[in-house]
Amino acid sequence: MNTSSLPVEHSAQAEESSQSVQSQRRRKSKISLAMVSPSVVVLLAWMIIPLSMTIYFSFIRYNLLYPGDEGFVGLENYYYFMTDAGFTAGLTNTLWLVGSVLLISVVLGVLIAILVDNMFWGRGIVRVLLISPFFIMPTVSALVWKNLLLNPVSGVFAAIWNFFGATPIDWFTHYPLGAIIMIVSWQWVPFAVLMLMTAMQSLDQEQKDAARLDGAGPIAIFWHITLPHLMRPIAVVVMIETIFLLAIFAEIFTTTGGGPGYETTNLAFLIYTQALLEFDVGVASAGGLIAVVIANIAAFMLIRIVGKSLTEKH
Amino acid sequence: MSDLTIKNLKKVFEGLEIIKGIDLDIRDHEFVVFVGPSGCGKSTLLRLIAGLEEVTSGHIYLDDKEITDIAPAKRDLAMVFQTYALYPHMTVRKNMSFALDLAGIDKKEVEAKVNEAARILELEPLLERKPKALSGGQRQRVAIGRAIVRHPKIFLFDEPLSNLDAALRVQMRLELARLHQELNATMIYVTHDQVEAMTLADKVVVLNAGRVEQVGSPLTLYHHPVNRFVAGFIGTPKMGFLKAKVESVNAGGVLVSLSCGHQVEIAVKGEHLQRGSRVTLGVRPEHLRITAASDSTFKAKLTVSEHLGADTFCYVETADQEVLTVRAAGHFQMKFGSDIGLELDVQQCHLFDDQDRTLARITTPL
Repeated sequence: MNTSSLPVEHSAQAEESSQSVQSQRRRKSKISLAMVSPSVVVLLAWMIIPLSMTIYFSFIRYNLLYPGDEGFVGLENYYYFMTDAGFTAGLTNTLWLVGSVLLISVVLGVLIAILVDNMFWGRGIVRVLLISPFFIMPTVSALVWKNLLLNPVSGVFAAIWNFFGATPIDWFTHYPLGAIIMIVSWQWVPFAVLMLMTAMQSLDQEQKDAARLDGAGPIAIFWHITLPHLMRPIAVVVMIETIFLLAIFAEIFTTTGGGPGYETTNLAFLIYTQALLEFDVGVASAGGLIAVVIANIAAFMLIRIVGKSLTEKH
Repeated sequence: MSDLTIKNLKKVFEGLEIIKGIDLDIRDHEFVVFVGPSGCGKSTLLRLIAGLEEVTSGHIYLDDKEITDIAPAKRDLAMVFQTYALYPHMTVRKNMSFALDLAGIDKKEVEAKVNEAARILELEPLLERKPKALSGGQRQRVAIGRAIVRHPKIFLFDEPLSNLDAALRVQMRLELARLHQELNATMIYVTHDQVEAMTLADKVVVLNAGRVEQVGSPLTLYHHPVNRFVAGFIGTPKMGFLKAKVESVNAGGVLVSLSCGHQVEIAVKGEHLQRGSRVTLGVRPEHLRITAASDSTFKAKLTVSEHLGADTFCYVETADQEVLTVRAAGHFQMKFGSDIGLELDVQQCHLFDDQDRTLARITTPL
């Protein structure tokens, strides 16, 4: 913080001067502390107040339908949330959703990034088109998918199925989670493509040449040169996507509403139903804290798995 | 055996002819250096030989077997790249064994070959390290090791020393010369640094704008350049050039007058020259001598002196603003702007005709 250089005095009273230097430094650090403290206080308040309120709410009976009955209930809210019929479903759905979208976006992202790394006519336009789904609002893309693509009567998929004489699939009835995964993947593959495409450009061409001279075919080059080179950006993609995918909400809300039953309810959606459909703020707060813990466990595991390749220097 | 023959090789890149028909013979065990200014096509020529670029037309033969359209890995060549191109996530050992592993060679044999290469290059203590933990010189040696393990017929080097600092470059140059002896291998080496070319090569190929200007031993190129380009390119500091006019041609040589009026007779054959035709006189720094201004009719002004200890290189400007370099003794001292006289060693001067071709010397029997 204190980067300005201090004047060094070559006087006989060296001790005195060093003392004055120290006091000057202390004074300076006090000033800089005073300068940054407003932003620190605001940021701290921004984080601490909602968190402590959530923790507080999670320990009291707090249902908007029964005002004035707000006694301390201990861990009861946690118990209710975890024994809720939707909890196990929500947890597994969250993991499925995050896991499969990650897998799809990384695999497709790598393949597409390698594909568009080759020179071909109209590459610039293709690249922009590939990335564009990422810029569409989740609600809009979910509605487009629901009404224009996956609709069993008028959707594009249904038309394709009909063209081949097959019975169109009612995606949101028979494969609701699969449909959600499709929509979310469609949104997040572009992100992976964007990250990996840029990473591909920094791949040393001479390394590829050397591998070719060493007798590596396209597949060997992919496994031994390209993929190791992409490990770091893949780690970044996985970490960033995980953060966002744990909190997927809009796509579920606009398409299935968490149903049928609990088939597409993830933790975020479950908390929403508790808070705003059942008006039980206490249980929702408890659920929120559980989600925070789960997210932290996921983050910890991810950092253990992929973080190593991030911190390793090239 | 590893003889490489190139016949009328051409390469066109997006309508631009980079290599304009090259014929070249490279014999077994030769150390051949391709040298030329940047953009002359020397790296492209090497990549064509390696198979990393597709040949537009022409043929490449390795020991009478045509390799023009064979995959790079099957040509029996190994290449060392300018940026080393080591595989960053593999250890030194794995970097060197990669080609052999891909070829499915027996593990014990691979190990023996890698250890042998590591011994030659003194890489044994570094085998388990990754490239990022190595210095520039060590990386370069790994890159060479990666070529050695394959026991190729020909080693290709693409400006391998240009990323190293000056001291290391000298050391690696000696090491390459030693390797050439020890491996008894055929090597093709691309560089723009003519010191590397002069010190390493058995045979230097001077390239310019996609064509071979001259092929020969370093000293042949130095003393008998075929044209003005080669004369100017080989030798540091560069050969100086002076515009001249033919005064008379006779059996003993050609009498020319320089633009300052000074006349010299050069012992070259000039039968096709006419009186008054334009020629260029070429003189190397060591064949010029500085005298007092009153002692010579060839006058000039001293501009800059570079004191290198053993030698002093003086840059002088003639009355016609032509710049020449003179090699003087190490203790030479003279003020900037002094008027001086110049003396030419006419025996060693070159004369180029208006097509920039060197006129052949009249060799006087000793």
